[in-house]
Amino acid sequence: MKKQMSKLVVSALSACMAIGLCACGSTTSNTDTSDTKTETTDTAKDTSSEETATVAEDTGKTLNIEVWNEEFKSRITDHYPGYEKTDDTHGKIGDVTVNWIITPSDDNAYQNNLDSVLPGNADASEDKKVDIFLVEADYAQKYVSKDADVAMTMKDLGITDSDLSKQYSYTQDIVKDADGNMRASSWQACSAGLIYNRDAAKEVLGSDDPETVQQAVKDWDTYEETAKKMKAAGYKMSSTVNDTYRVYSNNVSKPWVDGTKVQIDDNMKAWVDNSKKEVDAGETGTAELWGDDWAKGFYPQGKVFCYFGPAWFFNFSMKADDSTSIAANGGWGFCVGPQSFYWGGTWICAAKGTDNPNLVKDIILKMTTDDSIMKEIAEKDSDCVNNKNVLKELAGSDDGNLAILGGQNPYQQLADGAEKVDMSNTSIYDQGCNEEFQSAMKNYFDGNASYDDALAQFNKAIVEKYPELTTE
Amino acid sequence: MKKKGKTSIVTRYNKWGYIFLIPFFVVFVIFQLIPLVNTIYNSFFENYMSGLNKIGPNFVGISNYVKLFEGGDLWKYFGNTMIMWILGFIPQIVLSLILAFWFSSPSLKIKGQRFFKTVIYLPNLIMASAFAMLFFALFADAGPINSMLIKGGLMSASAPFKWLSNVWSTRGLVAFMNFVMWFGNTTILLMAGMMGIPADLYEAAEVDGCKPSQVFWKITMPLLKPIFIYVLITSLIGGLQMFDVPQILTNGSGDPMRSSMTLIMYLNKHLFSKNYGMAGALSVLLLIITGILSFAVFKFTANDEAK
Repeated sequence: MKKQMSKLVVSALSACMAIGLCACGSTTSNTDTSDTKTETTDTAKDTSSEETATVAEDTGKTLNIEVWNEEFKSRITDHYPGYEKTDDTHGKIGDVTVNWIITPSDDNAYQNNLDSVLPGNADASEDKKVDIFLVEADYAQKYVSKDADVAMTMKDLGITDSDLSKQYSYTQDIVKDADGNMRASSWQACSAGLIYNRDAAKEVLGSDDPETVQQAVKDWDTYEETAKKMKAAGYKMSSTVNDTYRVYSNNVSKPWVDGTKVQIDDNMKAWVDNSKKEVDAGETGTAELWGDDWAKGFYPQGKVFCYFGPAWFFNFSMKADDSTSIAANGGWGFCVGPQSFYWGGTWICAAKGTDNPNLVKDIILKMTTDDSIMKEIAEKDSDCVNNKNVLKELAGSDDGNLAILGGQNPYQQLADGAEKVDMSNTSIYDQGCNEEFQSAMKNYFDGNASYDDALAQFNKAIVEKYPELTTE
Repeated sequence: MKKKGKTSIVTRYNKWGYIFLIPFFVVFVIFQLIPLVNTIYNSFFENYMSGLNKIGPNFVGISNYVKLFEGGDLWKYFGNTMIMWILGFIPQIVLSLILAFWFSSPSLKIKGQRFFKTVIYLPNLIMASAFAMLFFALFADAGPINSMLIKGGLMSASAPFKWLSNVWSTRGLVAFMNFVMWFGNTTILLMAGMMGIPADLYEAAEVDGCKPSQVFWKITMPLLKPIFIYVLITSLIGGLQMFDVPQILTNGSGDPMRSSMTLIMYLNKHLFSKNYGMAGALSVLLLIITGILSFAVFKFTANDEAK
């Protein structure tokens, strides 16, 4: 009897634990599928087959899409005609099964996954072939290069320049190969701005009008002064130092890597200096982006004055689906901020070796060039779409007023910003450099190291990540 | 002739021993010996991925080893690993000895032993990464631990303690997690050792009027030595291979200033770019360090028996 009792207790306890584990496990289950995939398709690379101008027949029954989060999936689910969701990582278009392979992008995991899958894609078995993969601005050049040759050109897919004529030129320049052929297409134009807390603006600056707020943050000196006022009123100027990072890093005068040499731009040093001052004054924190500490400011009690981001940021990241958040109550405003900048953006690439080229072509056309679908995306998801006509139309009508921003219409500003974006100082090493620089400098901000020591750690980490690079 | 017939019976019988050993040796050769030799071989080559391009393999002699020793970082990470292991091991072995002594003591006769033995073993069943994620959330700057401390008036709300931005609190948390995860396992091993000690020795000691502390130091400890050495060496090797807990807790950075970066985390940094050369060299060094330390511990503690 005693024995049975204790057995019962033991199994009850282990059951409790197992349930706890399942709860944790469910969020990561998506990545498992991609892991097995990586292992199975790691074969030699030989993709240079003869190309024909006409697009081949669709023979695949599975459409594999490599992504790093849920964003594109929800866009397809909501806006692609004929897509039916079957479960969290699968769907159907006609009789083709859509398989979403999600690998988080942290620490270049997503890129490493692509690196092992794409070179052997043409030889992979039918159901394993990647048909579509997505890339971000930080490393787009790596995958659209002519040498890598892992993405099909728009021309080969049968997409013409006139199809793409309404897109912003920066979104095309960054994904052109050495011959000037586009190898990816985006539905987003990611010019960004300063997103401010309207209540804080009213309380401290006297008004939540974008013009007034813009005057208070028009350059970094004025930004600092406002930060002091915010601090006095109990607000943090920004949630963490990494919020302003992109504003500085987009306005650099040279890329992270010159040849094989890593260089620190003056503007990056300026970010470090200004951020250190703000941290020491208690005007901002040092938490990492996307974490709980960082996200506190999305709620009124978090007491954060501003975040920096493009349209996908206030739609996708600011917890608008939680009724207690500031976003759900329309409590944010939008203005240009100290310097104009862009952040991210997602490009759709057709993987070389795809067995569904016509379907891929149709997805790219519908999602990145179709006026009515793109307008729908802008209205439903407050995304800033990569379509001059649609943005112009939205800027001039009440359709462009966003609830998250308390009815403000940000599209004129976003459209102006998109024309100004300059991506000439990007390199294929940007994701690694940005992540490691932020991570190393956190030590300096937290007072655990001097600037020089933190810089030395950055140099060390970069060489570990990219052995071909050298540092000063 | 007679002789031959005799040996053939013995060898015929013996051969089953070898046959039964085959599965182990096949597995050992495929999964241990070949990779080991391969690792050593790889450590003399430059061989990594640069984006989508493969660099190497080019033979570079011992330059991978030279690079590892340059700057002395290797010893720093070795030091971190040992510090975190010792911080976790000392409370672990003390608590495990006490618990094992209580559980196996014939005079105490603790009730509900099975229940407690299971409970102390349960933390070991949690995935280390899940456990580390839990602590990461608990000890975040705005996490539940800090809000409890603030509500309890032990910390000011304006300056919460940043657990993971402080060298010793980070190391302490890693050590604490390893301690919680492994003390149950150690307890059970030590208990098995203690139950192997004949009860009449204890009874004789009691009759002779020994104090409990004398019983522990003069009888239990000397007789427990083989098991104790086993526990010490396996824990040391496990400690040198510490990876999952600090990796998840510090998001792979080993911060602050890499003060909680272990040798295996450093190895993982090289595997990021599939840098088989550097990773191989580091693995070989790790093998040598583990070998030397284990040998030293064994020699040092088994000294008396040799005499």
